[in-house]
Amino acid sequence: MTSVAQRASAKSPVAGILSTGALGLAVVAILLPVIRGESLRLDLIDTPSLALAVGAAIVLLAAYRFARVGRVYACIGLGGVSYALAFALIGLITPHAGDAGAGFWAYLVVAWAMAWLSVEEMAALEPRDPALRRLVALAIPLTFGIWLLILWQLLVVGFAVPRVLLPPPSEVWVRLLASPDILWKDFQQTFLKGVLIGYAIGCGSGFVVAILVDRVPFLRRGLLPIGNLVSALPIIGVAPIMVMWFGFDWPSKAAVVIIMTFFPMLVNTVTGLAAADRIQHDLMHTYAADYRQTLIKMRLPMAMPFIFNALKINSTLALIGAIVAEFFGTPIVGMGFRISTEVGRMNVDMVWASIAVAALAGSLFYGLVALVERVVTFWHPSVRG
Amino acid sequence: MTSATLSPLARSPFAGLMSGTAGPVLVVVAVLLAGWYLAAVLLNTPFQRDIYKRGGVEDVSIVQLVTDTLAQDRPVLPSPHQVAVEIWETTAEKSITSKRSLVYHSSITLSSTLLGFLMGTVLGILLAIGIVHSRVLDKSLMPWVIASQTIPILAIAPMIIVVLNAIGISGLLPKALISTYLSFFPVTVGMVKGLRSPEIIQLDLMKTYSASASQTLWKLRLPSAAPYLFASMKVGVAASLVGAIVGELPTGAVAGLGARLLAGSYYGQTVQIWSALIVAAVLAAALVSLIGLAERSALKRMGMAQ
Repeated sequence: MTSVAQRASAKSPVAGILSTGALGLAVVAILLPVIRGESLRLDLIDTPSLALAVGAAIVLLAAYRFARVGRVYACIGLGGVSYALAFALIGLITPHAGDAGAGFWAYLVVAWAMAWLSVEEMAALEPRDPALRRLVALAIPLTFGIWLLILWQLLVVGFAVPRVLLPPPSEVWVRLLASPDILWKDFQQTFLKGVLIGYAIGCGSGFVVAILVDRVPFLRRGLLPIGNLVSALPIIGVAPIMVMWFGFDWPSKAAVVIIMTFFPMLVNTVTGLAAADRIQHDLMHTYAADYRQTLIKMRLPMAMPFIFNALKINSTLALIGAIVAEFFGTPIVGMGFRISTEVGRMNVDMVWASIAVAALAGSLFYGLVALVERVVTFWHPSVRG
Repeated sequence: MTSATLSPLARSPFAGLMSGTAGPVLVVVAVLLAGWYLAAVLLNTPFQRDIYKRGGVEDVSIVQLVTDTLAQDRPVLPSPHQVAVEIWETTAEKSITSKRSLVYHSSITLSSTLLGFLMGTVLGILLAIGIVHSRVLDKSLMPWVIASQTIPILAIAPMIIVVLNAIGISGLLPKALISTYLSFFPVTVGMVKGLRSPEIIQLDLMKTYSASASQTLWKLRLPSAAPYLFASMKVGVAASLVGAIVGELPTGAVAGLGARLLAGSYYGQTVQIWSALIVAAVLAAALVSLIGLAERSALKRMGMAQ
């Protein structure tokens, strides 16, 4: 009786419902055909990986539901078996696209429920060791991402969605590996030339203008409301004009990126330069610091969180600007060009490969800026934790 | 206090005007307009000289040159008054249902913007409520909400439209979905912050009332998140408009500000591009200030006005 009470208190109601439901479903699913039109017993015997995974899932879920399992074991066991089940399902359905039976979907739900339970257990883990803590903090969203891909794969193949609409991730992956040179050339053209150069010039000039504006209170009062307004405008619309002015090659894309990144940087830097307190100004004054010393030693460091905010916003804006600008005209290379032409040629896997490269580049770019931010603004409360 | 605020006014009305915000903004706008005219003259001069040369016109006075550069048919950079005239002609002088009326195109863009914004706001609020109440969602979903915005959705917007068209979803919804994707993010982030903004002592009070999670949500968390909601809705609606415009870019879009932009760039109609841009800007400013108005009146009634 006491043990039941303790177990109930340890598990959330969602976990209880989920584990009971998954266990029941896993047992019932044995009686259901996995592949439509085939007899059920053959499926499990023909595919030992699925039979093993299902057996392990039933044993583990029963143990988790009715006995007390250590949190770490529960989380590793449930997670491991959920992946085993998912990959067994992927292997099973690939030659039978569109013929998924009721058992298939039942197992998919079971695997998903186990993944959820393992994440629930993982989220409740509170390791003392900071390295382990960071590992857990990374593993949870990673599990979510991997499951997103697994669900995408299984749903697309299971329902036999036409690949023109949405290719399964495995096909995108194959295309990604098969054409690295095209993707690399696109990446070079769009990211290394258009985005990076535009980003550097746009953020740099926004920063310099902000410092100049900050010296003149009149300009600060006049430019800031306009800068705020412009930040909310659909600036991306200037893309056709820039293509008209600067030609089809990368300078026009860099120009769009410059315009898009300039105003967020300007507004944030001006706001950041005003972030220092009166008392801090007074301190610098008692040190007899001149304008330059106050700027470099106090106001710019104080403005860094705001500046990095702009740098982070701009890192995604820049990529979007460059790619959209390529829709209005490019030489025959570039991510935007690739996306728009391959859509026309129905090579959807190539489109998604380009998107994957763009998403990866954008995430890494953002992550890099965030990393530099942690180093530069180590003193800020949000970084100290 | 009053003497301090009044003294510059007393000194000179001009100084009083310039010490506020309105004066400097007006001056900056005037400078920008002047710069625009100057740039228009400089950028359009080479082509104008070409025209003179071909027409055999010689010794043109500076005044003549300047007026001609500001009145070209397809200038490199149209002058502000050309854009203003174009906007006037395509809004006030055309019937609203005409395919050449900017009001017609704006209304198309506006409808998908608003639909997308509505869906994005609802989605954002629901996600935020889930994130605040479930630890698993907080730890697993939140990083992906942030990562979702590093995917250049605008870049693949045209493809999404084409794909959705292929499976029979066309018209308003595909564009609105792009807007939804862009506008849910600021709402989610802002609402998570807002729903967590009640202080511990307030949450403790709810606990002493033995309030359930849903009661705490309705009576404490949601009301205290209102200022955050409005702030993020301002960002969201602007993003929504951008999404709707870019969603109109793919070939086949026949109506909307984005289609105007694309058509203008195909046929070199710079005046048309600029007027569509300006109208989009006005639309964005109007939407943001509309939400600002709603914010002020709502917060005032809730007793939260600053």
